[in-house]
Amino acid sequence: MTYLPKPKLHHPSLQKNAVGFTRRDYEGAISTLCAGCGHDSISAAIIQACWELDVEPHRVAKISGIGCSSKTPTYFLSASHGFNAVHGRMPSVLTGANLANRELLYLGISGDGDSASIGIGQFVHAIRRGVDMLYIVENNGVYGLTKGQFSATADQGSKSKKGATNTDAPVDMVGMALQLGASFVARSFSGDKTQLVPILKAAMTHKGASFVDVLSPCVAFNNHPGSTKSYDYVREHNHALCRMDFISPRAEITVDYPPGEVREVRQHDGSVLRLRKLPESHDTGDRVAAMNYLHACQARGEIVTGLLYVDPEAPDLHEHLQTVEVPFNTLGERELCPGSAVLAEINAALS
Amino acid sequence: MQPTDIRNPQYFHKVVDCQWACPAHTRVPEYIRLIAGGRYDDAYLLNWDSNVFPGILGRTCDRPCEPACRRGRVEESNGDKPEPVAICRLKRVAADHRGDGVEARMRERLPAPVSGAERFRVACIGGGPASLTVARDLVPLGYWITIFEADAKGGGFMRTQVPRFRLPEHVIDEEVGYILGLGVELVGNRRIDSLRELLDENFDAIFVGCGAPRGRDLHIPGRDEDTDRIHVGIEWLASVYFGHVSKVGKRVLVLGGGNTAMDCCRSARRLGGEDVKVMVRSGYEEMKASPWEKEDAEHEGVEILNWLNPKSFVHEDGKLTGMWFTPMRAEHDANGKRKLLPTGEPDRLFECDEVLIAVGQENAFPWIERDLGMEFDEWGMPKLDKLTMQSTLPRVFFGGDAAFGPKNIIWAVEHGHQAAASIHNFLQGEDVRNRPPPLTNLVSQKMGIHEWSYDNDISPDERFVVPWAPKEKTLTNIHQEVELGFDIQTAWKEAQRCLNCDVQTVFSKDVCIECDACVDVCPMDCITFTTNDEEAGLRARLTAPANNKEQDLYVSDPVKTGRVMVKDEDVCLHCGLCAERCPTGAWDMRRFLFAESYAGRGEDYSARPARKQVAA
Ligand SMILES: Cc1cc2nc3c(=O)[nH]c(=O)nc-3n(C[C@H](O)[C@H](O)[C@H](O)COP(=O)(O)OP(=O)(O)OC[C@H]3O[C@@H](n4cnc5c(N)ncnc54)[C@H](O)[C@@H]3O)c2cc1C
Ligand SMILES: Cc1ncc(C[n+]2csc(CCOP(=O)(O)OP(=O)(O)O)c2C)c(N)n1
Ligand code: SF4
Ligand code: SF4
Ligand code: SF4
Ligand SMILES: [Mg+2]
Repeated sequence: MTYLPKPKLHHPSLQKNAVGFTRRDYEGAISTLCAGCGHDSISAAIIQACWELDVEPHRVAKISGIGCSSKTPTYFLSASHGFNAVHGRMPSVLTGANLANRELLYLGISGDGDSASIGIGQFVHAIRRGVDMLYIVENNGVYGLTKGQFSATADQGSKSKKGATNTDAPVDMVGMALQLGASFVARSFSGDKTQLVPILKAAMTHKGASFVDVLSPCVAFNNHPGSTKSYDYVREHNHALCRMDFISPRAEITVDYPPGEVREVRQHDGSVLRLRKLPESHDTGDRVAAMNYLHACQARGEIVTGLLYVDPEAPDLHEHLQTVEVPFNTLGERELCPGSAVLAEINAALS
Repeated sequence: MQPTDIRNPQYFHKVVDCQWACPAHTRVPEYIRLIAGGRYDDAYLLNWDSNVFPGILGRTCDRPCEPACRRGRVEESNGDKPEPVAICRLKRVAADHRGDGVEARMRERLPAPVSGAERFRVACIGGGPASLTVARDLVPLGYWITIFEADAKGGGFMRTQVPRFRLPEHVIDEEVGYILGLGVELVGNRRIDSLRELLDENFDAIFVGCGAPRGRDLHIPGRDEDTDRIHVGIEWLASVYFGHVSKVGKRVLVLGGGNTAMDCCRSARRLGGEDVKVMVRSGYEEMKASPWEKEDAEHEGVEILNWLNPKSFVHEDGKLTGMWFTPMRAEHDANGKRKLLPTGEPDRLFECDEVLIAVGQENAFPWIERDLGMEFDEWGMPKLDKLTMQSTLPRVFFGGDAAFGPKNIIWAVEHGHQAAASIHNFLQGEDVRNRPPPLTNLVSQKMGIHEWSYDNDISPDERFVVPWAPKEKTLTNIHQEVELGFDIQTAWKEAQRCLNCDVQTVFSKDVCIECDACVDVCPMDCITFTTNDEEAGLRARLTAPANNKEQDLYVSDPVKTGRVMVKDEDVCLHCGLCAERCPTGAWDMRRFLFAESYAGRGEDYSARPARKQVAA
């Protein structure tokens, strides 16, 4: 017997959420990735986040490129829309889909190879346009699917499984996202769901371009001594900037913290991000401070994780373009060809 | 919590819920796998080792294993009705489909004789399952066993009380025959009237397996009139067995809510009873009868009426015409103790032609003289060592219903095993309290990357129903067996419902890289990596709450990050997905063997000097 489908039986205490689904309803097909792959943990975190947010699966579109990471949408949210684009082209397909139907929740799932090499141009432009999406890079420092070549995020001096040293400077996608104007920027680790799940929830409810870089060890090709993306290395060098609780708009706030210990950010949908243990000096609303902090940690050899920057009031692509409130794909012939009288009116306005 | 010591065999034994619950610790999942593999002889013999009467028990066992079976828990809130695996009826499949070779193979697996044992004589009083088990365990060692039985044949209540529509006589003949065939002397039609006389006959040890032969009577007004129509249930059932009773009145009232009441009402339905009512003092749920016995009786048109306390018999012209009952209700006092009280509603009259009183059974030892040095307690029961079944008269051992009051066949068998081990120790001059150590083993089932030597796929099927003979046949012929047993295809499907709880999840913390893969893949949310805590604290904050406190938490030593792995054993499917997902083999699926040892097994006694024969 090989690779059983996961049995349908579930724990007797499994609960339904407000829209009538159990966490298991957000699962997908059984994963075919290597056992122990960090990407599977990210899928589990996405499942957990969607269940907790009472997301209706048919209101989600999963768009991905090519790579082990880009395969994962098959392994979660099987009742959602999905599009597996060609290598590095997830951002443009997602942008197009978002323009056609602004009402869905867009999950852009990509890898460090998919986004930092072949797709880097696409990544750059989707972020700077402020497409309303959650862009996740499942970052393992290698091309996992093609058997472990260094990717553009591999650190200089880190070693491949066979012992070769990477001599190229790395692309830091978090730094790029900050610089390109993403309005929600965070980093996390597949092995720490207590941090990852609230970040994903916050990013999913954020309006605008959210970017989350998730360190996700590749057990087959990049989990050895000498790697800087292994479980051990990430755990040893993880510097959590802050812990975050996500409080949904409907939830009652029950725990009281002494003033000064927490800072709260209210998002446009009413949800609250409560930041704990955030250093006094750091302001998550200050893009320059976030970039400085990131670089300072990097210089110390630390991997900073947590929410680095958020602008809860940022405009998105549709606001930039002043599109209509309703999704384009609901506009019929009557709205799109309003007739010669309206045309005359427009022409008159232009003269 | 302290890390779990999985080297203690009791830890994994407890995870095998059915085997743990079985008084004789039958290796249930192993025999179910053998049935699924079509190896009926092997499955039968595995049962025979532990429970001695697979064909009988496969039809009649009280099946304490089934309420314990994990399948019932994992199906909870997962479908229509959570149901355990049909463990008992699968046992019958092994018996139904066994070949002729089993008897020869039984002899091959018996322990070797102990030199000098033939010098010792052991008497068993009563030929029920307890005595027969003692005989089966001791005869192969070379002891001379004599069973004294008041009836002509061996089998005890299995033969004279359990009705033929539940247990055909040939099944009893075969399985009692296997034991007698080992060279046991059965002296039939011989009631022992004096223990003193038997002690004087120079037996080296005596086993009392005389059951609880007295049916409790109901001394209420009118009981002493028209006694031809008012019977004590177990006497009546015996009369049915011996053919002294072959018909009953049209309207029958059965008093009592236990299994005897169920056998009485169902027998009455077959002997001419058309309007048969079971009258129970308490509520339906709290009746002593097993749920399936109640269902079967109702299915046959028996009416069960609750909360009615018998008050008196009504006779007209010396003939029984009915009974008065007082409506009752339950009340709990301040200590939570339940009392039955009249509701105050008027008494109710039920007309009838015949009454069967099935309100309980009692022990009676009129034939044991009280000046032999054997101590009895205030309820007239012998004082026994619960481990060894030895009485205060060292030569005399008890078991079955005679030991602690009426129980069931499987308990009688287990008592028999324990008493036999004690008698063996006693005769060999060993400490009687020594128990032969169980045979245990833990072996990986890994065959390939995703391949296991057991079928780890989880069947989604709900419990299959055993087919019945048509009612027209069963209600007109008391010898017609009601249940027909599973056919092989259905048996296979039912066997697939078993979760292989003896294939254990074994965790090796040293190789775990804390990737969470096992946590994510587990369909039942059994696994958590967390900071250690007191048990109550841990139970509350696992991936899924561990509310079933009867099931253990498996806690590891700290892993690299200082956290511990905690696995709630409660609803694990033993599907092995955790082990398939684990990149480092930190989880492994290992088959746990736990086999109880019986007299003369697990230890080499032959090398020791035998105990001197007891002086006359
Ligand atoms: C109506 C009824 C139905 C039952 N159905 C079931 C069932 O479906 N499943 C189940 O598990 N259990 C059932 N039981 C209980 C079960 O039969 C007993 O628990 C079991 O048989 C006890 O075994 P035992 O060896 O202790 O004694 P018994 O089976 O009671 O055997 C004792 C034997 O000793 C003999 N005897 C007694 N005194 C003497 C003496 N002084 N000298 C010589 N011989 C003597 C008796 O004749 C009898 O044959 C039922 C009981 C009754 C009454
Ligand atoms: C146009 C094109 N070029 C190259 C490839 C080969 N290819 C497949 S996956 C991959 C890299 C994937 O790396 P990443 O996005 O990091 O995914 P991972 O497998 O590491 O999760 C490459 C180069 C391809 N499929 N298409
Ligand atoms: S599922 Fe199988 S092994 Fe587990 S308790 Fe039930 S019968 Fe026993
Ligand atoms: S065997 Fe492993 S994966 Fe399967 S239910 Fe048990 S703990 Fe979970
Ligand atoms: S899958 Fe294996 S290595 Fe990963 S956390 Fe579980 S036991 Fe540890
Ligand atoms: Mg990669």
